[in-house]
Amino acid sequence: MSEHIVTKKQYAHVFVILLILTLTTSWAAYFDLGKLNVVVALVIATIKASLVVLFFMHVYWQTKLTKLVVVSGVAWLALLLWLTLTDIVSRGWLPFPGK
Amino acid sequence: MITAIAPPRENYLTHEYGIKSWLLTQDHKRIALLYLGAISFFFFLGGIFATIIRLELLTPPGDLVSSQTYNKLFSLHGIIMIFLFMIPSIPATLGNFLVPMMIGCKDLAFPKINLLSWYIFMAGGALILYAMLRGGVDTGWTFYVPFSTSYANTYVILTAVGIFIAGFSSILTGLNFIVTIHRMRAPGLTWFRLPLFIWSMYATSVIQVLGTPVIAVTLLLVAVERGFHIGIFDPALGGDPVLFQHLFWFYSHPAVYIMVLPGMGVISELVSVYSRKRVFGYKFVAFSSVAIAVLGFLVWGHHMFVSSQSVYASLIFSFLSFMVAVPSAIKVFNWTATLYKGSISYDTPMLYAFGFIGLFTIGGLTGTFLATLGFDVHVTDTYFVVAHFHYIMVGGTMMAYLGGLHYWWPKITGRMYHEGWAKLSALVVFLGFNLTFFPQFIMGYLGMPRRYHAYPPEFQVYHVLSTAGASVLAVGYLIPAIYFIWAMRYGQPAPDNPWGATGLEWQTSSPPPPENFEITPVVTQEAYDYSILEEMTVG
Repeated sequence: MSEHIVTKKQYAHVFVILLILTLTTSWAAYFDLGKLNVVVALVIATIKASLVVLFFMHVYWQTKLTKLVVVSGVAWLALLLWLTLTDIVSRGWLPFPGK
Repeated sequence: MITAIAPPRENYLTHEYGIKSWLLTQDHKRIALLYLGAISFFFFLGGIFATIIRLELLTPPGDLVSSQTYNKLFSLHGIIMIFLFMIPSIPATLGNFLVPMMIGCKDLAFPKINLLSWYIFMAGGALILYAMLRGGVDTGWTFYVPFSTSYANTYVILTAVGIFIAGFSSILTGLNFIVTIHRMRAPGLTWFRLPLFIWSMYATSVIQVLGTPVIAVTLLLVAVERGFHIGIFDPALGGDPVLFQHLFWFYSHPAVYIMVLPGMGVISELVSVYSRKRVFGYKFVAFSSVAIAVLGFLVWGHHMFVSSQSVYASLIFSFLSFMVAVPSAIKVFNWTATLYKGSISYDTPMLYAFGFIGLFTIGGLTGTFLATLGFDVHVTDTYFVVAHFHYIMVGGTMMAYLGGLHYWWPKITGRMYHEGWAKLSALVVFLGFNLTFFPQFIMGYLGMPRRYHAYPPEFQVYHVLSTAGASVLAVGYLIPAIYFIWAMRYGQPAPDNPWGATGLEWQTSSPPPPENFEITPVVTQEAYDYSILEEMTVG
């Protein structure tokens, strides 16, 4: 399969979007959103990471198999977070110390 | 069926000479041998630590080494045996040698990356050895926090970085296998015509690629907390110690399957060829490898039942742990069913396969004991656990590794080993192994804790049995080392297909030519089709 050529313009667009999102992260840090502080930071970070993976790492133009590999990686991360959270969220549900 | 010995042809061992030809080789077969040499050295080293541990435990008081030294001994035994021997054992040696040959191609997809992975492995190993020589590490192979981050005054960071580096080798090997199996199969070799060893290696590779980065990140976080006092795991710094265990076991439980799945692949090959039958329920055995790879990622919390993990999470992990027993059992039942009405021969590799099936079953069943919440609380951190995982790792993987090494030895070296000595050593290994580890189930159940170098006198009888068994086991491992080395020079020249097996690797010369096959094979049959052989016998 021939390699997709990404133009400098495309790279520049993605770069500018990343810069804007970085500034948004800094800007959002000036507001106390309570529990949403982490959520907002993570959402912006996830969008940025996705842009890097899709465009800088060329996954956007790759085969379905490559995309499947990337999605598997994210799915496995979700698995790690999900099952770890089953512990962290449900700690203290029982009225015994440490349970 | 034994084919006639062909006249000497150029092979991968003879087409180039000199150290440079080995150190810069891109031939997967030579890289497999580089790995074989390296991991044999690490196995020997890990074995020395095990020997001192068993000698110390011969008597109840801690009289041979100090507590601190003992801690370092079991830590280094675990670290070396797991990260530098077991994990690369079958994938990096037999896998490297056989994956391209079994699928009928000339090499792995990325030969340079393959060589790079060996150098990375050696760099990681060298760093761990350097840490060992500087004074070692005493955290156990598990690096539990906050001991490893805040209290241990040994070479934790150095060792962790060594494992971190070696992990990249594992990832690269896995990546190489996945791409090779997807893209480079011979014409006609569909997924369901693949040998089951390939299915196992594929599943293992998926775990390596998806899991290993997590242990790398985890060990890096340990180094960050230890070096810069950034609170991640240490409660005194605002961290969560149980989080470490989640991250650690997210990799380290699947790592058990990195170690045992390739062994299962070897056993599928052995059971089929020495029964002269297609593996019973081929598709089930193939998919059970994938199922083990996926389910293996969902069960890590069973290592943490007493860690203050939430009871609700423990319930979920307990249930999921029982589920992983299903694909494992499918394999064992199907191997056994393959034997039924098979034309069984008792060559050395098959003896190891029988050993694997029996010992892995015991290891697996005691695993379900440990997945049971109530029982696990009783035996956590006792010798019961030590016995259980040695039945999987040594009784399972090591038996498969030795079985596989014997089976493919004629192909790898072009020489036959001495069958009589080989059978004897298989017997010695089986007896020595059981004598070493079965008493550990009993003493663990009775309350003997692991990682203690002094113990109450009532446990001595079990420790004496265990140490005696370890001595027998050591002899069992030394005998093959001797006759394998002997066979390399003096063994009978091996025919191309000494076992009358069906795989593509047996259709080329022994040892194979540098490019594996003179003509790219075309596959028209399913794997393990012994009907032709049967027809010949009947005819």
